[in-house]
Amino acid sequence: MRALTIDRKLARLAAARLAGAVLPGSGAAVGPLTLRDVDVPELPAPDWLRVRPRLAGICGSDLATVDGRSSRWFEPIVSFPFTPGHEVVGDLDDGTRVVVEPVLGCAARGHDPLCAACAAGDLGRCGHLAGGTLAPGLQTGFCCDTGGGWAVAMVAHPSQVHAVPDALSDEDAVLVEPTACALHAALAAEVTGDDTVLVIGAGTLGLLVTAALHRHSRPRRLLVVAKHPEQRALASELGADELLDPDATRRGARRATGSLSIGEGASLRLAGGVDVVLDCVGSAETIADALAVVRPGGRVVLVGMPAPSRLDLTPLWQREVSLIGAYAYGTEHRLPGSPRTFDAAMALVADAGLGRLVSATYPLDRHVAAIEHAAAAGARGAVKVAFDLRHEKERDRL
Amino acid sequence: MSPRPGFVLDVDRTTPPVLFHHGEQLKLERLPADRSRIVYPAEPLPALRDPDAAILAALLEPIDSEPLPSLLRPGMKLTIAFDDVSLPLPPMQRPDLRQRIIEAVLDLAAAAGVDDVVLVAALALHRRMTEAELRHALGDRVYDAFAPHGLLTQHDAEDPDALLFIGETDRGEEVEINRRAAESDLIVYVNINLVAMDGGHKSTATGLSSYRSLRHHHNVATMRHSRSFMDQESSALHSSNWRMGKVLRDAGIKVFQIETTVNTDTYGADGPLAVLQKREWEWTGRDRATFLAMQKGLDAMPTRLRRKIFHSWRSPYGLTSVQAGEIEAVHKVTTEHVYRQHLVPVEGQTDVVTMGLPYISPYNVDSIMNPILVMCLGLGYFFNLYRGKPVVREGGVLIMSHPTPWEFHPVHHPSYIDFFEEVLADTTDPVEIGERYEERYATDEWYRHLYRTSHAYHGVHPFYMWYWGSHALEHLGDVIVVGGDPRAVRRLGFRPASTLQDALEMASDTVGRQPTITHLHNPPLLMADVT
Repeated sequence: MRALTIDRKLARLAAARLAGAVLPGSGAAVGPLTLRDVDVPELPAPDWLRVRPRLAGICGSDLATVDGRSSRWFEPIVSFPFTPGHEVVGDLDDGTRVVVEPVLGCAARGHDPLCAACAAGDLGRCGHLAGGTLAPGLQTGFCCDTGGGWAVAMVAHPSQVHAVPDALSDEDAVLVEPTACALHAALAAEVTGDDTVLVIGAGTLGLLVTAALHRHSRPRRLLVVAKHPEQRALASELGADELLDPDATRRGARRATGSLSIGEGASLRLAGGVDVVLDCVGSAETIADALAVVRPGGRVVLVGMPAPSRLDLTPLWQREVSLIGAYAYGTEHRLPGSPRTFDAAMALVADAGLGRLVSATYPLDRHVAAIEHAAAAGARGAVKVAFDLRHEKERDRL
Repeated sequence: MSPRPGFVLDVDRTTPPVLFHHGEQLKLERLPADRSRIVYPAEPLPALRDPDAAILAALLEPIDSEPLPSLLRPGMKLTIAFDDVSLPLPPMQRPDLRQRIIEAVLDLAAAAGVDDVVLVAALALHRRMTEAELRHALGDRVYDAFAPHGLLTQHDAEDPDALLFIGETDRGEEVEINRRAAESDLIVYVNINLVAMDGGHKSTATGLSSYRSLRHHHNVATMRHSRSFMDQESSALHSSNWRMGKVLRDAGIKVFQIETTVNTDTYGADGPLAVLQKREWEWTGRDRATFLAMQKGLDAMPTRLRRKIFHSWRSPYGLTSVQAGEIEAVHKVTTEHVYRQHLVPVEGQTDVVTMGLPYISPYNVDSIMNPILVMCLGLGYFFNLYRGKPVVREGGVLIMSHPTPWEFHPVHHPSYIDFFEEVLADTTDPVEIGERYEERYATDEWYRHLYRTSHAYHGVHPFYMWYWGSHALEHLGDVIVVGGDPRAVRRLGFRPASTLQDALEMASDTVGRQPTITHLHNPPLLMADVT
């Protein structure tokens, strides 16, 4: 079957890194990503299921991998060659349409008993992380045994699949996984109705975090840093009270909070500040912005996958700021009834009509164009770019 | 030869290109023949030969008041308030009139044995003056005698301990002014009345007041009912200030008003900028060469250098009158003098008015003319320099030439930056702006801090700039900015044009193909008396 795969070829990784540094997304043409025929992944255990993807999104972490700029942190917890794609809506062999919850926790890995986190439903915090019956891979889409969504077929453990209601379109469904990430982060931020909250970034994750905060947390004031016109329009629709330009983040946060400030330009920071910042970009610049504008004792949540960065953490210390991460999903104990994040995300997708964030789809053949489009999504007026597998010829023959 | 009055020139095919100021640059533009006219200012009126003698005479022989010496006595509390850096424009050559007057007042006070004297810069919500600016306005002798002892102060409209609530007008307008001034036995207010708007009760009721007071007349409703705010008789702005003045007077606050008028000798009879004060068809070959060299030189310079050169210019204005005494009586005489210099009879309105905006406005002395100030200078000040009715008809088009950079002085105009980024990105409707945003900016602690301790305009000031243009915004069918940064111009809600010809073409959308055009040849200043 046809699949996009990533091999551990150092020369190609280096080429991708160089190309991606010049033009984000251009690692697709010269890097480790290739379209080729591979064997259909075998079922790791009898209870596993085969999934034929319909749509598979391109995520920021995928782009980092394609451009060779992922953190080396991941090296022991991925296995090559792997097929990327962890934002997946697909069909089971019995025709059930499902979305895949890609975290490979204890149940999927065959650990028995489950670790404490997995037993509590918090798969993102799995205490085993690797091992068991599968090759390393923190998620489907980074594991050589499971395949990924950028292929005609992949495999999933029953604990990973969630049936999609008929009311949701494929476009809605492919947004469930990133929405779950966003929802998990929004809830981890522990925002109250008295808080002024700043969301940095209005790509897919930033917009979904905005929607999640608007629906579940209702902060007193929700500020969103958005660069491009389409992002600004969507952020407003999804609940932003005020939009800030990226180069005016600090000034805008000061204005919104009426805080005193110290310094000018790049050294400007607030004496007071916003209560909570959710950084959906994860660059050194945005983290520095977050630390400059959060109030003493406030919280900064890293939602976007951070790049390796050099940071001055003095403000973290001097202002007693909490810097926390929000990764993946599991069970949302802060919501009534402690639902699975994916179930709550599915409701949010339906309520907010989030399928409209899918701006463009590509066949596997056009993966270079797809990756380049995704890497420049904001500038091109797009949000989510996905692969469309529904018309792949092999799909019905498998 | 006596100076020639202002007049209106009908443009024909022989009319040479006309001067347009363009920020720190200069342009020559050709206007369409047979349907354009140019309003030229009067030549500078003769200056008084001995300003110091005239000042002393005004103090000793005031209007409707006892002579100043008889108002002074030992043990009294005397406050001398003076106009701030926003007047005159450009700043005048040394010695500044404020210095001349205050030295004369201080001599009389000393002779009378008055030893409790405090000077107050009447800032209202303007930025604090720098030491250099104060020295320029007051002279080194006055500065060195008062500043080291804390007796030279700058009005702080955000210091509750330095304000005194006086009362309300019969319309409920709150009157609150500088406590030191209010508690003095006498306030001597020293004005430079550059335009007809300046002076009268506005000096004390505005210059020494607070946001609590100012908001009653610095608002959209007042500005839209001031037709124009340069014409006291038709100005709701002045009516409000006059009501406040009555409250001050009834409260026993005694003001000895000193008002001065200067001529329009902005660029001098000779020197590098003299050509800007001449009528184009009278330019000599040397004038043309000077102008071309200056124009090309300015075009080739970095903006910062151009700005520095222009802002270092000091005008050689001549004093044309000085009068002192009772506020209203004094102001009546002052206004006659201002009108004598500025008024130019203009018959009928026009479809399109054009103007070249210079590098300076009241709020960017030694600073940057940011886009909000461009709007205020064009639609606030120049549009309102009329008596009777606006030069341009209702629904007509205003075309102004200015680079309109997306650039702000971070120290002087911090709240302007936010106003531009936040408020104007949302709406340009002055009413909506006032209702939704004004209070937050006016009470922002950071702006308050910068106003009080740095050299920043008050947080609410950009709102006033926008309100200043609200009459024009309501009156005009379109506003086009020639040569401006397109992004900044659009943020203002106006349309950008690359050239004047493009602008006139664009104006045809609103006023048809053959509109009448009137160009205001300003500065030097003029005020159109439109019948």
